Amino acid sequence: MVHLAVPMAETLTFPSLQYRAMAPILIVLGAAVLGVVVEALVPQAARRAVQLAVTLGGLATALVFVVATPGSELGVVAGGTLAIDGPGLFLQMTILVVAIAAMLVVAERRVDPAGDAFAPRASSLVGSGEEQEQTRRGWSQTEVWPLSLFAVGGMLLFVTANDLLILFLALEVMSLPLYLLAGMARRRRLLSQEAAMKYFLLGSFASAFLLYGSAMLFGYAGSLDFAAIADAFRDKPGQLGLQVIGLTLLGAGLLFKAAAVPFHMWAPDVYQGAPTPITGFMAGAVKVAAFGALLRVMYVALGGAAWEWQPAFWVIASVTMLVGVVLAVTSSDIKRMLAYSSVAHAGFLLLGVVAFSTAGLSATMFYLLAYGLTTVGAFAVVMLVRGPSGEAGHLSSWAGLGRTSPVLAGVFALFLLALAGIPLTSGFTAKFGVFAAAIEAGGVWPVIAAVVASAISAFFYLKVIVLMFFARPGPDAPAVVVPSLLTTTAIGVAVVATLLLGVFPQAFLDLASGSTPFLR
Amino acid sequence: MAVITTGLTILTEGAPNPGEVVAASGTFALAPLLIAIPLASAVVLLLAGRRANAWGHLLGTAASAASAVLGVVLLVAMMGQPEDARTFNQPLWTWIDVGSFSADVALQLDPLSISFVLLVTIVGSLIHVYSVGYMAHDPDRRRFFAYLNLFIAAMLLLVLADNYLLLYVGWEGVGLASYLLIGFWYHKPSAATAAKKAFVVNRVGDFGLSVAIMVMFATMGTFSFAGVNETIAAVDPDTVTWIGLLLLLAACGKSAQFPLQSWLLDAMEGPTPVSALIHAATMVTAGVYLIVRSNAIYDLTQTAQLAVVLVGTITLLMGAIIGTAKDDIKKGLAGSTMSQIGYMVLAAGLGPVGYVFAIFHLLTHGMFKAGLFLGAGSVMHGMNDDVNMRHYGALRAAMVVTWATFGLGFLAIIGIPPFSGFWSKDEIIKAAFAEHTVAGVAALLGAGVTAFYMTRMMAMTFHGKARWEPGVHPHESPAVMTVPMIVLAVGSAFGGLALLFVGNIEEWLAPVVGFEKAAGPIPTSLLIAMTMAVVVVGAVIGWRQYAMRDVPRMAPMQVSWATRAARADLYGDAVNEAVFMRPGQYLTRTLVWTDNKVIDGAVNGTAAGIGGLSARARRWQSGYVRNYALSMLLGAVLVGAALALVRFA
Repeated sequence: MVHLAVPMAETLTFPSLQYRAMAPILIVLGAAVLGVVVEALVPQAARRAVQLAVTLGGLATALVFVVATPGSELGVVAGGTLAIDGPGLFLQMTILVVAIAAMLVVAERRVDPAGDAFAPRASSLVGSGEEQEQTRRGWSQTEVWPLSLFAVGGMLLFVTANDLLILFLALEVMSLPLYLLAGMARRRRLLSQEAAMKYFLLGSFASAFLLYGSAMLFGYAGSLDFAAIADAFRDKPGQLGLQVIGLTLLGAGLLFKAAAVPFHMWAPDVYQGAPTPITGFMAGAVKVAAFGALLRVMYVALGGAAWEWQPAFWVIASVTMLVGVVLAVTSSDIKRMLAYSSVAHAGFLLLGVVAFSTAGLSATMFYLLAYGLTTVGAFAVVMLVRGPSGEAGHLSSWAGLGRTSPVLAGVFALFLLALAGIPLTSGFTAKFGVFAAAIEAGGVWPVIAAVVASAISAFFYLKVIVLMFFARPGPDAPAVVVPSLLTTTAIGVAVVATLLLGVFPQAFLDLASGSTPFLR
Repeated sequence: MAVITTGLTILTEGAPNPGEVVAASGTFALAPLLIAIPLASAVVLLLAGRRANAWGHLLGTAASAASAVLGVVLLVAMMGQPEDARTFNQPLWTWIDVGSFSADVALQLDPLSISFVLLVTIVGSLIHVYSVGYMAHDPDRRRFFAYLNLFIAAMLLLVLADNYLLLYVGWEGVGLASYLLIGFWYHKPSAATAAKKAFVVNRVGDFGLSVAIMVMFATMGTFSFAGVNETIAAVDPDTVTWIGLLLLLAACGKSAQFPLQSWLLDAMEGPTPVSALIHAATMVTAGVYLIVRSNAIYDLTQTAQLAVVLVGTITLLMGAIIGTAKDDIKKGLAGSTMSQIGYMVLAAGLGPVGYVFAIFHLLTHGMFKAGLFLGAGSVMHGMNDDVNMRHYGALRAAMVVTWATFGLGFLAIIGIPPFSGFWSKDEIIKAAFAEHTVAGVAALLGAGVTAFYMTRMMAMTFHGKARWEPGVHPHESPAVMTVPMIVLAVGSAFGGLALLFVGNIEEWLAPVVGFEKAAGPIPTSLLIAMTMAVVVVGAVIGWRQYAMRDVPRMAPMQVSWATRAARADLYGDAVNEAVFMRPGQYLTRTLVWTDNKVIDGAVNGTAAGIGGLSARARRWQSGYVRNYALSMLLGAVLVGAALALVRFA
């Protein structure tokens, strides 16, 4: 336990660290540091290959360590600041799987004639001679890899943080690299930089919320430790102001990352502006991390006040999904549409969180696994459909894709059906789980809203399918890039997962429900 | 047939004269081959494609002939069995087995089904042979033979099934084959329409059969013939009546009986061999088979029996009247078919005094009507496919064989002794008088009208003056067509005698359907004299009007209302339109309107509403970070206020 309020006179004792339990986090962060060293020491020509090996190797090793964590290692470790428990490991596994798939897409170099999806030097002036020269020389910004690894390390920490301070640190470790990554698109750089700026400003604003909320809760509970806060909510009446403000601001900070209404407005702009592989990474992995942390904070630290936050959160969940789907209806840009769809899915996921039950926890975790992989796959497909000046973002240019590229259109249709929650796809199983958990918890009205939202969402998902398969291709129909093995593998994994979790979900449902509950 | 088990059991029939269980002979295990051979041939012909064009018709004919030979073998084997042990049941495999619902695929061979087997395969084979010549110039002859084989297989399944459910499979199978063959020249709109009409009208009847089967299973827990025969006596009489009426509805559809008769006249759009085989000799008699097969049900319900008699009586008169006014030779024969099947249905409704004669007439009719249709086809063949009898006349010299064979069929159908129709029709009239005087009178009158319209047909076609279209050179058909006609003519001439006195049809069928001698108020000899008198009067009027006088080449327009009504098929289509089509159209139109205005309106309205909402909501998404931050702040304040409300309330 970290007690910041200890008298200065007392000696500071260092907590003992359980390295095996923390190994995945340490491996990923270690690989990130190694990546920085690689940037400094390895020659330009070999850098990409080495970075790719370090990144995928680090993530895969971490995944192996997560999966192979022995039951005896489970527990609250590192002086009570980290909880390596069932949900934590499940979420870490999900983050790593999604991140590996996303990194495969990030590594794709065939989509653009000039190389990968990132600017040769993020610092060079847009449209300058310098930029053109760098493009001509075929430079690439290999810092993308260590940055991504730092972000993943932050996510792994975020979902196991058992302490408000570690929670905040993890949030920053996760977010800062993402702000940078969002601004590094090779095409439409101004849009990308604007997105990065917005993301940074609003993200900082949200971090301030979280930090201030943490301070309030510390003031109330006298501790940053989740267990201690939970005990305080149970045993310590009074100081209602601190309770309410702390709860509100902490919740707002986390809901920002989850892209829930009314903290969602950054999502469409950032999703649209960021390089598409990074958008997939954010939409998939960040969503998992944000909801992982939200689950732990709400279930462990604020569990004692559940009756207090549940009503407001039911409303937030309902409004989030309704606003998400309604705004998606008129989106004409595919990335913006998927961004609003991600907002709507945040609403569906919130149903599982607000249910505040074992069923809600396992359903939300299953949803995250299903949604994360489908989303990475969907954004990978978006990356492959290109017009003369980069990706063909406007929906109209997707018309007739089913005739020219039936396989790709079929795969995208599968992802859209999964996002719409059509049976035999992972989306249906996932939605069914959170709806059932919400009904059990008495959230009948939010589930009715969810069903209405699902119906509306079917409209814009199916609109794209109809456009692809039943409309004639226009004169400036986009070209579909044949990706390398990297992206093909990522899309393949997403397809298999989408079908497997839809047709034979039982093993994964059992895994999710077997991972509960949180330890404290 | 995927699995053929050789184990054969003798069934204890619940028929009027139940048979004994005796040791079975191995010959009867061949029964499934009856169906399997033509089915396999149909599959080969359909799958082989153009490669089979050269030999397809030969394979089809051979398959049908093989079934016919096997049928004769089975008949001989059955005749070797004692009279009360001629029912053989052969389970093949379990089809459906779910809970208490179990359906076996099993065949039942008994004197009734073997009679049908022989009719279907022998007449069928003759028509196959005839079609080789008739369809010689059709590019799709192979497909035609595939459909014919398919029909033979389905029809044999229908009559060999040992339960109503399997019978239903055959029932639908013949419906499908009929649909395919009526519409065989599907490039002709009239043929395509006729095929569709036949299919739709038949669906009405099929509905009756399916509901009847469901009711049987719900009340008796079984739908095998044996099971139903055993348990039907214990069933509530009203339910029995309903089953009887539903089966009658099915029979009306398949056998073109009032009020579902209208499709048969249109079905003449099919190639003439099809009209002969399916729409005269075999398939259309399936309804009669169904009623006779269900004798245990009808024997228990007077109401349903009366309904059967009514339907038969009305149809026999309707068909005959329609026959008098048709100038199209095939439609004239179609009206005649309706009328003759009306006789059979009437007989079937009379109970044990009639069942045997319904089947007897069915068999003789199968021969002479097939012969008449083949004769009509031969005439059309020589007249450039013209079907209008007003363009015929004086064809006797040009087509002697056709004239002779058609003539024998003519004598058979109007019931001149000793030709086959005399024996069977006379028995029906006698039985009708014994049970229902009104029906008897109608049957007697019908015989007179039959004589009139058949004489008219004979005279307009073969006698009088030639009224041929320019450029038509009538000629006799090739031997491949005339030989089947001759065989059928011989059957028309002596079939009745043979069946009655050699085959002993009454005793042959009695174990299955039961038999009682009819005892009417009028002595048999007087009844025969009356019938003959009516027939002669009808024939003489017909001859005077159409052979002695000139027949106008254009049908006269100034005619009585009766003629107009008969020409319009007694307004059968008008009734259909008024009773089924218009209300149906109103219903669908109302539904479409509701769908368009109410449901689509609601959907489109909702969609438009959401779209509008979306467009408004998008304005909040201004792109300015300050606005986004403000909304976050306001959101946080709202959430805080909500939490505070909950906490302090």
